[in-house]
Amino acid sequence: MHPAFSVIFFTVASGAGYGLLFVLALLIGFGLLAPAFWTGFIGFGVSFALITAGLLSSFLHLGRPERAWRAFSQWRSSWLSREGVLAIITYLPAGLLALLFTFFEPSRGILIVLSALSALCAVATVIATGMIYRSLQPIRAWCNGWVVPAYLVLGLASGLLLGNLLVFAAGAQATILVQIASVVALLAAALVKFRYWRFIDTMPAFSTAESATGLGHIGKVRLFEAPHTQENFLNKEMGYRIARKHAAKLRRIALVGGWLVPAGFVLLSLVLPSVLGLFAAILAVALGLAGTLVERWLFFAEAKHAVTLYYGGDKV
Amino acid sequence: MKPQPPIENLSPPVSDEIKTTTCYMCACRCGIKVHLKDGRIRYIEGNRAHPVNKGVLCGKGSAGIMNHYSPARLSKPLLRVGERGAGEFKEIEWEEAMSLATQWLGDIRKTDPRKLAFFTGRDQSQALTGWWAQQFGTPNYAAHGGFCSVNMASAGLYSIGGSFWEFGEPDWDRARYFLMFGVAEDHDSNPIKAGLAKLKANGAKYVAINPVKTAYSAIADEWIGLRPGTDGAFILAIIHELLKAQKIDLDFLVRYTNAPWLTIHAPGSADHGLFARDEEGKPLAFDQMSKSIVSAMRADIAPALTGEFTLADGRKARPVLRLLVERYLDPSHAPEEAAKVTGISAETIRRIAAEIAHAAFEQQIEIPVAWTDWAGRRHESFIGRPVAIHAMRGISAHSNGFQTCRALHVLQMLIGAVDTPGAFRYKSPYPRPAPMPIRPGGKVGEVQPGKPLPRPPLGFPIGPEDLLVEADGASRRIDNAYSWHAPMANHGLMHMVIRNAWAGEPYEIDTLFMYMANMAWNSSMNSAGTAEMLAAKKPDGSYRIPHIIYSDAFFSETVAYADLVLPDTTYLERWDCISLLDRPIGSAHGPGDAIRQPVVKPDRDVRPFQDVVIDLGARLGLPGLTTPEGKPLYPGGYADYIVNHQRAPGIGSLAGWRGKDGSAQGTGEPNPDQLKRYVENGCFWKYELPHEAEFYKHSNKAYLDHAVQMGFMARPDQIVLQLYVEPLQKFRLAAEGHGPIQPPEELRARVRDHFDPLPIWYPPFEQQRLDQDEFPFYAITQRPAAMYHSWGSQNAWLRQIHGANRLHINRATAQRMGLADEDWVNVTSHHGRITCQVKLMEGVNDRTVWTWNAIGKRAGAWNLEPDAPEARLGFLLNHLIAETLPEQDGRRDLNSDPITGQAAWYDLRVRIEKAHAPAGQTLPQLATLKSPPAMKPPAQVLRYGKGIAEPYWKDDAK
Amino acid sequence: MTTLPPLSQKKLGLVIDLDTCVGCHACAVNCKEWNTAGTSGPLTDIDPYGADAAGVWFNRIHSFEAGEGEASRTVHFPKSCLHCETPACVTVCPTGASYKRAEDGIVLINPETCIGCKLCSWACPYGAREYDYDGGTMKKCTLCIDRIYNENLEEVDRVPACVATCPASARHFGDLGDPESKVSKLVAERGGYDLMPEMGYRPVNKYLPPRQRQNTSGCTGAGASLPAPEPAADGVLGWLDRILSR
Ligand SMILES: Nc1nc2c(c(=O)[nH]1)N[C@H]1C(S)=C(S)[C@@H](COP(=O)(O)OP(=O)(O)OC[C@H]3O[C@@H](n4cnc5c(=O)[nH]c(N)nc54)[C@H](O)[C@@H]3O)O[C@H]1N2
Ligand SMILES: Nc1nc2c(c(=O)[nH]1)N[C@H]1C(S)=C(S)[C@@H](COP(=O)(O)OP(=O)(O)OC[C@H]3O[C@@H](n4cnc5c(=O)[nH]c(N)nc54)[C@H](O)[C@@H]3O)O[C@H]1N2
Ligand code: SF4
Ligand code: SF4
Ligand code: SF4
Ligand code: SF4
Ligand code: SF4
Ligand SMILES: [Mo]
Repeated sequence: MHPAFSVIFFTVASGAGYGLLFVLALLIGFGLLAPAFWTGFIGFGVSFALITAGLLSSFLHLGRPERAWRAFSQWRSSWLSREGVLAIITYLPAGLLALLFTFFEPSRGILIVLSALSALCAVATVIATGMIYRSLQPIRAWCNGWVVPAYLVLGLASGLLLGNLLVFAAGAQATILVQIASVVALLAAALVKFRYWRFIDTMPAFSTAESATGLGHIGKVRLFEAPHTQENFLNKEMGYRIARKHAAKLRRIALVGGWLVPAGFVLLSLVLPSVLGLFAAILAVALGLAGTLVERWLFFAEAKHAVTLYYGGDKV
Repeated sequence: MKPQPPIENLSPPVSDEIKTTTCYMCACRCGIKVHLKDGRIRYIEGNRAHPVNKGVLCGKGSAGIMNHYSPARLSKPLLRVGERGAGEFKEIEWEEAMSLATQWLGDIRKTDPRKLAFFTGRDQSQALTGWWAQQFGTPNYAAHGGFCSVNMASAGLYSIGGSFWEFGEPDWDRARYFLMFGVAEDHDSNPIKAGLAKLKANGAKYVAINPVKTAYSAIADEWIGLRPGTDGAFILAIIHELLKAQKIDLDFLVRYTNAPWLTIHAPGSADHGLFARDEEGKPLAFDQMSKSIVSAMRADIAPALTGEFTLADGRKARPVLRLLVERYLDPSHAPEEAAKVTGISAETIRRIAAEIAHAAFEQQIEIPVAWTDWAGRRHESFIGRPVAIHAMRGISAHSNGFQTCRALHVLQMLIGAVDTPGAFRYKSPYPRPAPMPIRPGGKVGEVQPGKPLPRPPLGFPIGPEDLLVEADGASRRIDNAYSWHAPMANHGLMHMVIRNAWAGEPYEIDTLFMYMANMAWNSSMNSAGTAEMLAAKKPDGSYRIPHIIYSDAFFSETVAYADLVLPDTTYLERWDCISLLDRPIGSAHGPGDAIRQPVVKPDRDVRPFQDVVIDLGARLGLPGLTTPEGKPLYPGGYADYIVNHQRAPGIGSLAGWRGKDGSAQGTGEPNPDQLKRYVENGCFWKYELPHEAEFYKHSNKAYLDHAVQMGFMARPDQIVLQLYVEPLQKFRLAAEGHGPIQPPEELRARVRDHFDPLPIWYPPFEQQRLDQDEFPFYAITQRPAAMYHSWGSQNAWLRQIHGANRLHINRATAQRMGLADEDWVNVTSHHGRITCQVKLMEGVNDRTVWTWNAIGKRAGAWNLEPDAPEARLGFLLNHLIAETLPEQDGRRDLNSDPITGQAAWYDLRVRIEKAHAPAGQTLPQLATLKSPPAMKPPAQVLRYGKGIAEPYWKDDAK
Repeated sequence: MTTLPPLSQKKLGLVIDLDTCVGCHACAVNCKEWNTAGTSGPLTDIDPYGADAAGVWFNRIHSFEAGEGEASRTVHFPKSCLHCETPACVTVCPTGASYKRAEDGIVLINPETCIGCKLCSWACPYGAREYDYDGGTMKKCTLCIDRIYNENLEEVDRVPACVATCPASARHFGDLGDPESKVSKLVAERGGYDLMPEMGYRPVNKYLPPRQRQNTSGCTGAGASLPAPEPAADGVLGWLDRILSR
C-alpha cells in the first residue's frame, strides 16, 4: 500500500493523542494527578492538538474535504464512520474533563465519571482506527488479529511517553508509576510488532495469481501484459513495493530506536537528576514517536493488496 | 441520520443528434453512429445496420473522439523556413500554399512528369490519387501496398483472382477447420474477431500458425509456433502428405483450375513451361474422350491430368497437375524435411494434413441451392469443403512471401476450398480475372510532358514486355517497381522511394509529394537514415530531394521534413469515398461501398486532402479535372467529384443509387442526390447476392453475369484458378536468356531462381546472407489491437494502453542467456543497433523475439511531452532493417520479395546482448522535434465529457 | 447507504468468456468513451500527453500466461466491477456514497456525496474502484446503469457499452439471479467461476474458462496421419488417370 503521509501522520498523531488522553484520564480518575492549571492546560492541550491535527491531516487525505461531515453518517457499517463519530464523541467528555480539570475544581465524582468516559472513548476510537485496517480482507497484512492490539499498544505507549514527560515536568506523584507503565508499554509494543512481523512474514498465501484469475488449473500464472504501460491509480495507490532488505532495516530501526532505546531513556529518567531526566524523557518521546512513524510507514509499505495479483504479484 | 438512497435518473438524455459515417481509426471501414450533444461528440458507437461491423466497435474506433480532438492536429498550411527536419515553419494562407504547389508541379509537368513522385499511404482514396497521377502523367505513383502486403495481394490475384487481405474472408458460419497464418490483427479487425467467436460457437477447430501466441493466436485450439519465414516449407509438406494419400479434389481441379492445361515440355527452349495454346491463344488440354488436344476452356471434355502429349507441331506437353504432383511428391517435401526448417515436428505436420483432409472430405457440406455454372450447366447444390484459410503479413512480409502465399492458394485449390461453402470466400467485387487485364503505364514513350499516361501507373504485368524498364534494363520508375528488381510490383515499392530519390537512382526527381504516410519514421526501413536522406544536401547546398510536399492531419515525424505541409481534416470532418474502384466494403454476400460525411465542422484552417488534389489538378489543367474552357470541372470539391466523375460511362466512385432517379446499382448515370441517399442509408450501400450466386463465384454464371452488370468485369467468362502461374515462367525464361527483354546480368539469378510457376520455398534472403550464429534470432513485429501504427500515440486513451514497448523473448531462452524482465539489451542487426528492454514470455518461438509495432515515437513529435514514454522507453525495429540486403558480390539487392518487391520486414535477424551500462532510455534517440508554430502545448488534465452529461443523481441526500 | 440491502432477487452482471476474448481493449475504451460523458464522467486523464499518463478506467484488460513452454496458454482477462453480493467496498464507506442497489444488485457511487477517502478502493480486492484525482471522488463501473434502463435508447441498445461493442462476443450481460436467464445457463454449461472466492465477496460477474486445447491425435476425428495408398511400382500417377468431365 502506498504510504500516504497524511494517513501515517494522522494515525500516529491521533494514536498518541488518544493515548495521552487515556493516560491523563486514568491518572485523574485514580486521583494520581491533582487538578492544576498548567498540567491540565499542557496535558489536555497536547492531547487535543495531536488528535485534532491528526483529524485535520486525515481531511487532507480526502479528495473532497469540504464534504467530510458526511463521513459521520454510516456508523452502522463503516469503521471509518465509527471512528469519526467516536472521535467527535470523545471531545465531549474529554473536553469537559479538560475544562473542569484545568479551570475549576470539580468534585471527585464528576472527575471519575468524566475520566472513565474519556478513557473509554479514547480506547474505542483507537480500536475503531485499528478496525478500519483490520476489516480489509484484501490486505492480509492488515486483516489479522495483531492489528488492533498494535494500534492500541502503540497509542498507549506514545501516550505514556508523553504522559511521562508531563508528570515528570510537573513533578507529580505518579511519576514512577507512569515511568514503569511506559517501559512496559514500549516493551509490549515491541513484542506485539515483533510478533506481527513474524506473523506477516510467515502467513500462508491467502490469494494467489491463480485464484485471482481462476487459471491455476492450467499451470503457474504470470502476468504477460498489464492493462496500461504506465502506472494507473491502482498501481500508485496499492502497488507500492518495498525491498525485503530495506524493510528489515526499518523494522530494526523502529524496534530498537523507537521502542527499546526510549524504554532505556525512560528508565534513565528514573535515575538521572531532574534536568537530565527531563532531557531523557524528551528524547524518549521524540524517539518513540519517530519509531511509531517508521512503524506506521512500514505498516503501509509492507502491506500487499490483493489487486497486485492482477499486476504481476504471485501471492498475498 | 439515515440517508435515503439517492434518487437516480435512469433515463438521462444521451444526445441531441446522431450522424452516421465510416470509422477511420483504421482501414477496416466500420460503420459508426456519432452522437452529438451541444455540438460536441458525446459518443461514437458501431452502427448495427452496417455490414462490416454489425454494431461493434474496436478499441481504436472507440477512441475516435481523442484523435478528433487531438492536440497534435495541424491547423494551417505550413511553409518551411529553417532547415529540413528542424521544424522551423511559418503559417501561410491556403492560396499561397496552393499556388506554390501549382508552380512546382506545373514546372515538372511541362518538362518531365516523372520528376513528380506521388506516394500515398494509409489512405482510402487511391481510386482518386492513382487516377490523378495518371492524368498528371507520372508513373511514379503508388500507395503503401508495396511495403504492406503486396505479396498477399499479388499471389492471390494471379492465382485465384482474389486474395486474403481485403479481398476475401473465411466462411465463418460453416468452416469446420480454420487455419490462420501470420495474422495479428489485420484490416478486417472486427469481422475477424466476430468470425473467430462464431467458429468457437460452432465447435470448429481453429489452428493458429504464428511464432507468437498472443491476440487471435491466443484463443486458437492449436498453436503452431514455427520459425518465421518457414511457412512455405510447412504448407508444401502438407501438400506432400495430401498428394501421397491422394486426398485432393480432382473434380474441382478439373473444372475450376488450370490443372489439366498443357504446358510445353521442351527444356532449354524459349517456350518451355509455357501453356500450349491454340491460334486464339486459348490454353490446350488433352481430351480423353476424343483422344485429342482441344481448347482447355471447352466444357464438354474429360481432360487428362497426367501423361505427356504431343502437340500438333511435334512438341511435347504435360498437364499442370502432373508437374505439380511430381514436384511435391518428391521426398524433399516430406514432413521430416519441413520439420528441420520449421521446428515443427513431422508428426504434427502429418496430423494437421490428416485433419485438413478429414474436414475437407469427411465433413463435406452440401447446400441445397441450385445454381448454374459458367458453361450453363445446372447443379443441384453447392458442395463445400469446410476448410478455411486466412493469412496476412506473417506470410507476406518475407522475401519468400509471394511463393508462400502461392503455396497456400495451391493448397486451397487442391482440396477444392476456393469460394466453396465452409472455405475461403471472395469478397465482392472479387474474383476478377487472374490477373486483371490492366498493364502498368509508363513504358518508354508513354511519359510525355504535359500529357497523361495512357494507362494507370499500376497494373499486372504478365511478361517482360509489360515491364517499365529502359533498353538497358534500368528501372523507369523511381521505386524500381516493374523493373527486374521487382517485376510484379503491383503496388509499387514505397519503401524505396526516398532512398532512390536521395541517391538519384535511377534518376533525380524534383518533388516528392506524400500523403498520409509517416515515411520519416515507422513506415520506412532504416528510419533514422531515411530522415537523414530527406534532409540531405548536394555539395552545392541544395537539397538532394528538391521539394517535399506532405499532407498530414497531425504533427507526425514526417511533417518536420516537408517544405510545404498541407493540413488535412480529421475523418469526422470530411467527405470520403470507400469506392469499389479501390478497396470497398464488399463481402462474400455481395458488393458494397461507403462514404464518410462531415459530422462536425473543422475549427481550424484545414482542408480535406481530396479537395486539395482536385483543386490542384484543376489549377494544373489536368484532363478530367478541367472543362474544355479550362475551368475546374468539380468546383464542389470531392463531394462533387464523388457524384459526378465517371471512370467509364456509367461507372463512378460509388455504385449505389446511380441513375438520374437513383434506381440503378453498379452502373448508371450520375445521380445528383447520390450522397443524400447514402447518408439516409447510414453512409453505405450494400447489395445482397442471390443465393444461387453466393459460391463458386469464379465459375458461377449468376455471379459472373452480375459482375458484368455491375461493371466489375468486361465479360462473364469463367475465372480459371491458376495452380500454375504462367507469367512467372515468362520472367524466368527471360532470365534464362530467352526473348528480347532480359534482366541485367546482376539480377538474372534473382529472377531465374525465384520465378517458379509452381510454389517453392527458400530461406529468406537476409538469413541466406548472414551467419546464423552471429545473428541467431528472428525479429518481428506485431500490430497491437488497440493502436494504429503511429497515429494512435497522440490519442490520450490509446497511449495509456500502449505507451511503451518491450522486446518479448522466450523465457527459457532468456534465462539461458541470463536475461530477466526489464533488463536492457543491445539488439544488433547487420544494419544497425538499438537498445531496449526485454520482457520474458512463454508463448513465443524460442528463436524469435518480437515487439508491438510503431509504438516508439521520436521525442517531440505528435505534440507529446518530450519525456513521453513513447520516446524514452519505446523503440522501433525499423532502425535495424535496411532497404537493401547485406552486400554480396559487390551488390546490394533489395530487401524485398524478388517477385513483387514486397518489403521483407520480417526477414530481420538480430543478435541480443545484455547492455551493461544502460542509458535508462532506448536508443537511438533522435533530436527532439520542435512543434509547429501555433501548436498549443497539450493539456495537463483532460476532463473530456465534463458538462456533457445530464445530472444522474437528482437528490444528493442533503 | 452503505449497509447492504437484503440480497436482491435480480443480480445483474456480466459473464466474460475467456475462451473468445482476444484482448482487444474495445470494451475498455468504449466503456471509457461512454462513461466519460455519462453519469460518472468525466473519466479524467492526468498528464494525458506526458510521461506519466494515468486516467480513470472502469474496465481494464490484463493478459496472463498460464503454464509453461509450448503448452502455456495466453489468456486475455478483462476486469471491471464484479458487482459483488457482499462487497466490503460498500460497507466500509463512511458516507453512504457507495451503495448497492436493492433492485438489481448494482454497486454504485454517488459522486455528489463521496468524500474521496479511498477506503472503498482498499476494500475491493479486484481493483474495480477508480479514484479521480482531479475531481476528488471515487468512480467505478456502473454496469452502465444510464444505458440499461434508459428509455432514450432503443431497446436493443439497453445493454452495457462494453457488451455492445465487444467484437468477439466475449461479454454477456444479464440477470445472474435468474437460473433460466441466458447468462446463468452459459455459466452452468461452461463452468463459469468466481474470482478469488476466498475473499467471500461473492462476485456476481462470472468468468468462463478457456476451453481445452484440441491439439492431439484424434481431436477432430481425423487419424494421426493420412494412410498412403501403395504408390504404383512404375511411379506412374495412375490415380490421376481418371475420366473426369470438366
Ligand atoms: N517494423 C515494421 N515497420 C512497419 C510495419 C511492420 O509490420 N513492422 N508495417 C508496415 C505497414 S504494413 C504499413 S501499412 C506502414 C504504416 O505506416 P504509415 O503508413 O506511416 O501509417 P501511420 O503511421 O498510421 O500513419 C501515416 C500518417 O497518416 C497521418 N494521418 C492520419 N490520419 C490522417 C488524415 O485523415 N489525413 C492525412 N492527410 N493524414 C492522416 C498520420 O498522422 C501519419 O503521419 O508501416 C509499415 N512499417
Ligand atoms: N489494430 C491495428 N490493426 C491494424 C493495423 C494496426 O496498426 N493496428 N494495421 C493495419 C495494416 S496497415 C495492416 S498491413 C494489417 C496487417 O495485419 P497483420 O498481418 O495481422 O499484421 P502484423 O502485425 O504484421 O501480423 C503479422 C503476424 O504474423 C506473425 N508472423 C511474423 N512472421 C511470421 C511467419 O514467418 N510466419 C507466420 N506464420 N507468422 C509470422 C507475427 O507474429 C504477427 O502475429 O493490419 C491492419 N490492421
Ligand atoms: S476496426 Fe476499429 S478502428 Fe478500424 S474501422 Fe473498425 S472500428 Fe474503426
Ligand atoms: S472487447 Fe471483448 S474481446 Fe476485446 S478485450 Fe473486451 S472482452 Fe475481450
Ligand atoms: S468488484 Fe470491488 S468494487 Fe465491485 S462490488 Fe466487488 S468489491 Fe465492490
Ligand atoms: S471514496 Fe467515496 S465511495 Fe469510497 S469509501 Fe470514501 S466516500 Fe465512500
Ligand atoms: S458495464 Fe458499463 S461501466 Fe461497466 S465496464 Fe461495462 S461499459 Fe464500463
Ligand atoms: Mo499495412
